[in-house]
Amino acid sequence: MFKAVYNWIDERLDVAPLWRDVADHEVPEHVNPAHHFSAFVYCFGGLTFFITVIQILSGMFLTMYFVPDINNAYASVDYLQHKVAFGGIVRGMHHWGASLVIVMMFLHTLRVFFTGSYKAPREMNWVVGMLIFFIMLGLGFTGYLLPWDNKAYFATKVGMQIAESVPYIGVYLKELMQGGTIVGAQTLTRFFAIHVFFLPGALLALMAAHFFMIRKQGISGPL
Amino acid sequence: MAHGHKSDEKIVYVGDSRVRKRSNKTIVPPDYTAFPGKSEAFIPNFLLKEWLVGCVVLVGFLVLTIAEAPPLGYPADPTNTAFIPMPDWYFLFLYQFLKYPYASGDYVVLGAVAVPGVAFGALLLAPFLDTGKERRFYRRPVASALMVLSLIACVYLTKVSWDHYQYELKVTNTVPEHIEREEKAKEAREKGQSFSAVKKEESVEIVDANDPAMEIVKANCIGCHAVDLKGQKALKVPALRGVGDILTKEELVETVTNGRAGGAMPSFKEKLTAEQIDQITTWLSKQKKAQ
Repeated sequence: MFKAVYNWIDERLDVAPLWRDVADHEVPEHVNPAHHFSAFVYCFGGLTFFITVIQILSGMFLTMYFVPDINNAYASVDYLQHKVAFGGIVRGMHHWGASLVIVMMFLHTLRVFFTGSYKAPREMNWVVGMLIFFIMLGLGFTGYLLPWDNKAYFATKVGMQIAESVPYIGVYLKELMQGGTIVGAQTLTRFFAIHVFFLPGALLALMAAHFFMIRKQGISGPL
Repeated sequence: MAHGHKSDEKIVYVGDSRVRKRSNKTIVPPDYTAFPGKSEAFIPNFLLKEWLVGCVVLVGFLVLTIAEAPPLGYPADPTNTAFIPMPDWYFLFLYQFLKYPYASGDYVVLGAVAVPGVAFGALLLAPFLDTGKERRFYRRPVASALMVLSLIACVYLTKVSWDHYQYELKVTNTVPEHIEREEKAKEAREKGQSFSAVKKEESVEIVDANDPAMEIVKANCIGCHAVDLKGQKALKVPALRGVGDILTKEELVETVTNGRAGGAMPSFKEKLTAEQIDQITTWLSKQKKAQ
């Protein structure tokens, strides 16, 4: 049944080569922990992706309850965490996952750096990877404000002071991020939009580029 | 002829589409025996192993989320001046760096823009700065040394920042809000009470807002007691809404006529006639919370 449906679609759209291109690539011995245990360092990239998927899924569920408004943001997070069934687990996954994704990405970056895998012809993939790193830091910064507790509020204020200290454009930069002259209602909605739409959009595009390049070029060879 | 194909044509399309008809139905996966070492196929051989690693990580991760509830403090209060700000841990190195005198104050541009800009810029452009063919880290000492030094610096700054935070908590005798909140919730739970950190502001409505006395109030009182008559908490100016629950008519007359709290509430006997004072105090004494 499944095979018949698949063949029917495949005949019309010729989808097999698309996924077979992903499936039929070789995994060389030097990156396979089954053969060399030390090759576990090559897992960090995949784990970063795995945690990112968890972040996207848990974040999608969080937005079902979260209200991006200064009167209700805290109350909605409080409700989500303490009243909704498994809400604490979902928020916990998003909260701890945010740290874990930074850790994994950091380890992945170090692996690529110390194995010299960023060298020609993979320069562009490194640059895209660093852009992903910055996007992740941006996601961390904007997401930190959303629960709207004191820690969130004052950390964001510190961040804004740092942005303000940039010469010439600092004041405008701060006002652009805050959506006004204070950290307030506009900042919360703005950070929410950036956290939920702008940065994830950019992240997905960059990740697509990252994976396209690794598939096209293959993983770097043994040292 | 888009439709109907001849079998001797070299390329055959599916219907009138641009999809080519495949002669051999199945795609044979390439053979990796010719590859050096023990290469294997990504799907399914390697992917299954990857999933095993993924499962182990997922279990560990879920154990963490169950063991440690995500922190949640008290609602943001911009007037709170005692709160010790603390960014997330992965920004601490920068936070600490900006506390040093050569990276703050007059030199803040150095600390906030120049040093992080050069460091992250170099990291971004690493492939174009380290262009040699050598990949082994011990054969490219400059790049490796710079990276190791940066790592040590980041770890050190993060640790100093965290230690300083712990020290500040100790000196100011502060318990982090998310811990305090959790403990209070636990106490309440043990007593069988419900706990909520969300402050519900009791809204007391203005009684008889169309009364002519309101004009006098608008002209004289809202400068301090606020346009919405809710007072100003920060300046300890009490709300006029619900004032009838606190003061009687006689006390209100006394307060408006002679002032209160050492002149913080001024005397109005010069500005208003006795009749006007009577009018507004009658109205104020009606300002009671709805039952």
